[in-house]
Amino acid sequence: MPSVMIRKGDGNELLFYIAKKDQEDPIETVETDTEEAWGGLVTLTDGSEWYIDPISPRPTFPTTLRFKRA
Amino acid sequence: MSSMTREETQALIQEVLEVYPEKAKKDRAKHLTVNDHEIEQSKKCITSNRKSAPGVMTIRGCAYAGSKGVVWGPIKDMIHISHGPVGCGQYSRAGRRNYYVGTTGINTYGTMNFTSDFQEKDIVFGGDKKLEKLIDEIETLFPLNKGISVQSECPIGLIGDDIEAVSKKKNAEINKPVVPVRCEGFRGVSQSLGHHIANDAVRDWTLGARDDDDTFVQTDYDVAILGDYNIGGDAWASRILLEEMGLRVVAQWSGDGTISEMELTPKVKLNLLHCYRSMNYISRHMEEKYGIPWMEYNFFGPTKMAESLRKIAAFFDESIQEKCEVVIAKYKPEMDAVIEKYRPRLEGKRVMLYIGGLRPRHVIGAYEDLGMEVVGTGYEFAHNDDYDRTIKEMGDATLIYDDVTGFEFEEFVKRVKPDLIGSGIKEKYIFQKMGIPFRQMHSWDYSGPYHGYDGFAIFARDMDMTLNNPCWNKLKAPWLASDDDEASVAAAGE
Repeated sequence: MPSVMIRKGDGNELLFYIAKKDQEDPIETVETDTEEAWGGLVTLTDGSEWYIDPISPRPTFPTTLRFKRA
Repeated sequence: MSSMTREETQALIQEVLEVYPEKAKKDRAKHLTVNDHEIEQSKKCITSNRKSAPGVMTIRGCAYAGSKGVVWGPIKDMIHISHGPVGCGQYSRAGRRNYYVGTTGINTYGTMNFTSDFQEKDIVFGGDKKLEKLIDEIETLFPLNKGISVQSECPIGLIGDDIEAVSKKKNAEINKPVVPVRCEGFRGVSQSLGHHIANDAVRDWTLGARDDDDTFVQTDYDVAILGDYNIGGDAWASRILLEEMGLRVVAQWSGDGTISEMELTPKVKLNLLHCYRSMNYISRHMEEKYGIPWMEYNFFGPTKMAESLRKIAAFFDESIQEKCEVVIAKYKPEMDAVIEKYRPRLEGKRVMLYIGGLRPRHVIGAYEDLGMEVVGTGYEFAHNDDYDRTIKEMGDATLIYDDVTGFEFEEFVKRVKPDLIGSGIKEKYIFQKMGIPFRQMHSWDYSGPYHGYDGFAIFARDMDMTLNNPCWNKLKAPWLASDDDEASVAAAGE
């Protein structure tokens, strides 16, 4: 369950930064991405998948969240 | 040999790896690669931030070096105690040339060495009492200090001293920040973890100090320079450009910086990050906690500088953007003159680099401005996010090496035959004896600054005086030189 910091990149895409691994990749898809909630299964551009229970209301980025390996 | 093809470079790596035992060969192979622009993510081609193999020569440092030497050390009005045995502080003292303004020993302490000088009894009975006494002595002898940081050396972690408790107690007593930093040398694989630990200490112990205090008058054009350590005056050469653009530089981290500047940094509008490796952690933290955006910039060479200045200006309104163009135009004739003078002397020369932090990718643009080509580059302690950025900067099919060993580096140089090498002091004399011009790129070979427009002129001059130094024709003793050599020497002398 690593702490992940999510922030907006130059093109307004969301970047997924795992501090422990110094890995930063853009998020490709998010399962739940609405005005009310954000989360579920998150897929990164490198193909890895992470899971977080959907957060409601939608968090404001940048923020640090704890993800599980999916 | 002009440039190597992908296959040739790959073959070279294989050949160099041949001498290693099976396990070491497999391990080292992951750290060497041929650059391929088609690869988006460096983790597909290179492994980094791993422990160096025992028995090979590495030029990495330790966590203490990363914290005391790099991040905390240059903060000039604080006293940084090298807590532990005397050597770590003494042998790293004042070698980095991070310049500062002030009277050393009165209100600034940059080049001094403060140590608790651990003896056997301190290891046996613990050193907390000694640390308290040391802080009291500092307060008596150097009353103008603005704060103290306790930089742990290895034994502190091993014997389990509670420097946090001492720091809190002394903080209350002397009413100045006392920052414990757990940067024991054995932590991590290189100085890189020291940077992270130091950033975390800044975050936990100093950054929030003025959160509830709004007496500082803010403007819309406040910026902070992060990750510029003012080697040979680098940060000053960068700062004047930002100020000419109409921005107000509130803080310099940490070259020529002060603790007060650090505490004011959360009040700026934009964090400008030069050394990504050592300060990205605190930038990310400030983005999350205070909503301050950060951007990486590159002040090496006019091309990259114009790009970066425009990128910085884009964060602000039109008045700044206009002034930015004025600044670029103002220095253009000066830069054109520098390039006109040195480019013919340096055109087509090939460079190999092996340095740390940001330089293996940032200086590529400066070399290209001078018509030179970087044919190999590598980092001592980078992580994969650094290599992600490097792949884009480097030419296709060039060599990239991570934590290269002494042997590998020498073999690469023998085969690639670069015209100039930029690396550290430990490599300098080996390569100079091999007859290859060399610049010590950690502290700019006692020259500098290299950042900014002023810096580029010095950079170009230094590269020229190293590369075209007549001494390189005189490496062979006269009585051993054949007639051909004499002819070429005579020709070169004309």
